[in-house]
Amino acid sequence: MTKIASKTGEIKDRRDSAPGEERITENEMAGGLSGYLLGFGLAILLTIASFLAARTDLIYQPAVVSALVVLAVAQMGVHLVFFLHLTTGPDNTNNILALAFGVLIVALVVLGSIWIMAHLDENMAVMTPHQAGTMP
Amino acid sequence: MTDHAFSSDISPGSQTLDPHGLARTGGHAARSATGHGEGGPASKFVTVAYGFWIFLLSDIIMFSAFFAAYAVLAKAAAAGPTGKDLFEPARVAVQTGLLLTSSFTGGLATLAAYRRSMAATQLWLFVTGLLGAAFLFLEMQEFAVMIGVQAGPSRSAFLSAFFALVGCHGAHVGLGLLWLGTMMAQLWVKGFRADILRRLHCFGLFWHALDIIWVAIFTLVYLLGASS
Repeated sequence: MTKIASKTGEIKDRRDSAPGEERITENEMAGGLSGYLLGFGLAILLTIASFLAARTDLIYQPAVVSALVVLAVAQMGVHLVFFLHLTTGPDNTNNILALAFGVLIVALVVLGSIWIMAHLDENMAVMTPHQAGTMP
Repeated sequence: MTDHAFSSDISPGSQTLDPHGLARTGGHAARSATGHGEGGPASKFVTVAYGFWIFLLSDIIMFSAFFAAYAVLAKAAAAGPTGKDLFEPARVAVQTGLLLTSSFTGGLATLAAYRRSMAATQLWLFVTGLLGAAFLFLEMQEFAVMIGVQAGPSRSAFLSAFFALVGCHGAHVGLGLLWLGTMMAQLWVKGFRADILRRLHCFGLFWHALDIIWVAIFTLVYLLGASS
């Protein structure tokens, strides 16, 4: 426990955690070797579940897309908690806020693009045979 | 030192119920508070890692543009081969296992560096590099097979978007391997110096972030592409 304080050879900052920094406190589950093992096991289970959902008929077929997205988000959460050591503690506020802003931009870019392009596609006039003939 | 300041923030009945040291009544709070004048800025380890975290999030935002392009163009196969024809689930499963395990061994290298064990750190970094290289080999092989059957990036909008997205991730893995080799050499020559440990920490963040992006790729590109 006290080893952590001299991890970088610098005087440790007690207020903020660096992203990915493992700060073992009491009641910490995502720390040390057991944390990595737990994260690795969970990630493997979620990966297997993803492949099963996509490759078999275990899941009601129209729901496969939602299931895959949920499993992917869950696995990203596992990576963030067990490998990147993000917590909800006060020492992690800066890291979490930066991540939240990143997630917001990613969601805007991806969902916005899909939404707009689907509408453009739907409102596009059907090609005439002449136009189709001049396509490259 | 002010060791108690962090750990007692949330315990009831303790003296410091002001987690951000805003009150600045006692000497402890003022000294340990960051960004409040007297406490001084955060340690270099924290600022370096935070700056790299911002870079990683920017990198993920750049990837989101490639993901958006792929999502929009996934059906635009121009009467050519589709994902269902081209993707091999077995190869993707192996690739996923390799990258996930390399992320895990990268974590073991971080733990070994905390213990200041040079042999264990170098060993786990080497294993991480081998797994990453095997991942990259399978990806290059897949690209070569696809280009070989006239399904290169110029075949259709779908394939352009596919090669851009997956190739961009592959390029990151390749650069990560170069960085990994550099870190192994620097660690070997310079030892567990504070600046080397900061770089090693940033490399760990980078490698884990690549795994997170691969989760999105294997789900959205390969599994959805091969099933629909």
